[in-house]
Amino acid sequence: MIVAQRKPMDEIRGFLDRYSRVLVLGCGGCVTVCNAGGEREVGTLVSVLKLSGISEVEQGTIERQCDAEFFEEIRALGESCEAILSMACGAGVQMAARIFPDKPVFPGLNTQGMALNEGAGEWTEACLGCGDCKLGIFGGVCPMTQCSKSLCNGPCGGSENGKCEVDPETVECGWQKIYDRLARIGRLDVLETVEEPRDWSKTHDGRPRHIIRQDLAEEGFSSNE
Amino acid sequence: MSEAVLKSGSNLERVFAAGHFAVTSELGPPKSADLAIIDKKADYLRGQVDAVNLTDNQTAIVRISSIAAARLLLDRGIEPVIQMTCRDRNRLAQQADILGAYVLGVRNIVCLSGDHQCFGNHPTAKHVFDIDSVQLIKAVKDMRDDGVFMNGDEIRNTKKSDVIAPKMFIGGAANPFGDPFEFRVIRLAKKVAAGVDFIQTQCIYDMDRFERWMVAVRERGLHKKVQIMAGLTPLKSSRMTQYMASNVAGISVPDYYLERMAAAEDGAAEGIQICVEQIKRLRQIEGVSGIHLMAIEWESRVPEILERAGLLPRPVIEVDEEQAPVDNETV
Repeated sequence: MIVAQRKPMDEIRGFLDRYSRVLVLGCGGCVTVCNAGGEREVGTLVSVLKLSGISEVEQGTIERQCDAEFFEEIRALGESCEAILSMACGAGVQMAARIFPDKPVFPGLNTQGMALNEGAGEWTEACLGCGDCKLGIFGGVCPMTQCSKSLCNGPCGGSENGKCEVDPETVECGWQKIYDRLARIGRLDVLETVEEPRDWSKTHDGRPRHIIRQDLAEEGFSSNE
Repeated sequence: MSEAVLKSGSNLERVFAAGHFAVTSELGPPKSADLAIIDKKADYLRGQVDAVNLTDNQTAIVRISSIAAARLLLDRGIEPVIQMTCRDRNRLAQQADILGAYVLGVRNIVCLSGDHQCFGNHPTAKHVFDIDSVQLIKAVKDMRDDGVFMNGDEIRNTKKSDVIAPKMFIGGAANPFGDPFEFRVIRLAKKVAAGVDFIQTQCIYDMDRFERWMVAVRERGLHKKVQIMAGLTPLKSSRMTQYMASNVAGISVPDYYLERMAAAEDGAAEGIQICVEQIKRLRQIEGVSGIHLMAIEWESRVPEILERAGLLPRPVIEVDEEQAPVDNETV
């Protein structure tokens, strides 16, 4: 799931300073699940913004802001406002800006990435979307996200008692986790191999990624039979 | 007399090749453009050690670049070892800097991951880690032995030019005190497989754990494939000892040294005494072929430590032209 956190109120208020009628737009996808940008959080933020002196604050929450089709129901409301505060992840904010090309659109959240839910109110970053998944080698633990330096050939010298030197109080050493997991499944042998340099062209370093599934593109999105 | 051809021809490589117990030290370049600091530290180290490491933005703090400082040491009659981390540059910049360092006369390199930038003076910087230290070792070896860049292209200026490759004596680091302990020897084996020639370890205080690590190193026969230099940082005071024990990740200081340093009237003298004792013990360990003395902002005491440990004078190995590294054959 994509996890995000609300921006500080001062920053949000700063975006909206010059507008008297704004739409706070929630998203029913990931940010609803992580309690950052769903209907409930939109409601709370709207109350705060009204108290802060913006004369008209409208609200709406659509199923997903990363799909254009869900914007139809709030298009007229959005057009009636001077600015839009999107409570979606960074992808949703950009779709909102496309839907309302003549309106200023601001992000209400800081998107943190693809993460695991560790319990109430706690998530761990787990996937960078690197485009070349190596989890099959590393025992199902990702060195890209679980190691502070994204090292692929083992832990640096700063791994101690299962913790990372970056913050031994809170950060676990990803390589300790990889080691423990491979030990459990009896595959420590894979650690003997020198892992080749990564092909970063498969990530954003190659170019802004654009994914085309020819099979779906030809059928069209409506074919669900 | 035909002996094996050297890989780089560096003084450090020749000292090892001649069967000597090698000694390297370290010089942290200044955090300003103050050349006088390099002059002063160079004066302490000249003639006292076989080669001197130049740290590469050590602890993620901006300093004079290791390669520039290396050239300054060459001008001052000291053989440099450049450290190169994977934190600050990608593979293009790293290979360019290896070419540059070579033409400036540098013949030794230590390939490192690099301290995380959160410890330094630019914690908001983006780190790179395009490749890691094991991959960097392999890249430098392939440049030297096969005359190719990481992409496989030959190191020649044009298709008609000769292959002229940088020939470095390649070092790496090992931390016997990091975890998982069992992985530490595997990681050393990977560096050996990647082509490392010598290893400088993290600074050692816990001699028992170091010896256990060396047992595991010998069990795999790694000590016969790589020169292992035991890292040492002399303790200056009881306060520094406490700091190293509790604040530096991957370093453990046993109680017996903490107690000795706490009880000492003259902490500096006691620290040097401990260091000398350590060197004498390390020389007895099979597979330890040198020491790397990291006297942090204490370069002035290096000669005294080495004198008392019986490691002075350093051997002078004449350059034998027949042993000089040969150019890569052009196909």
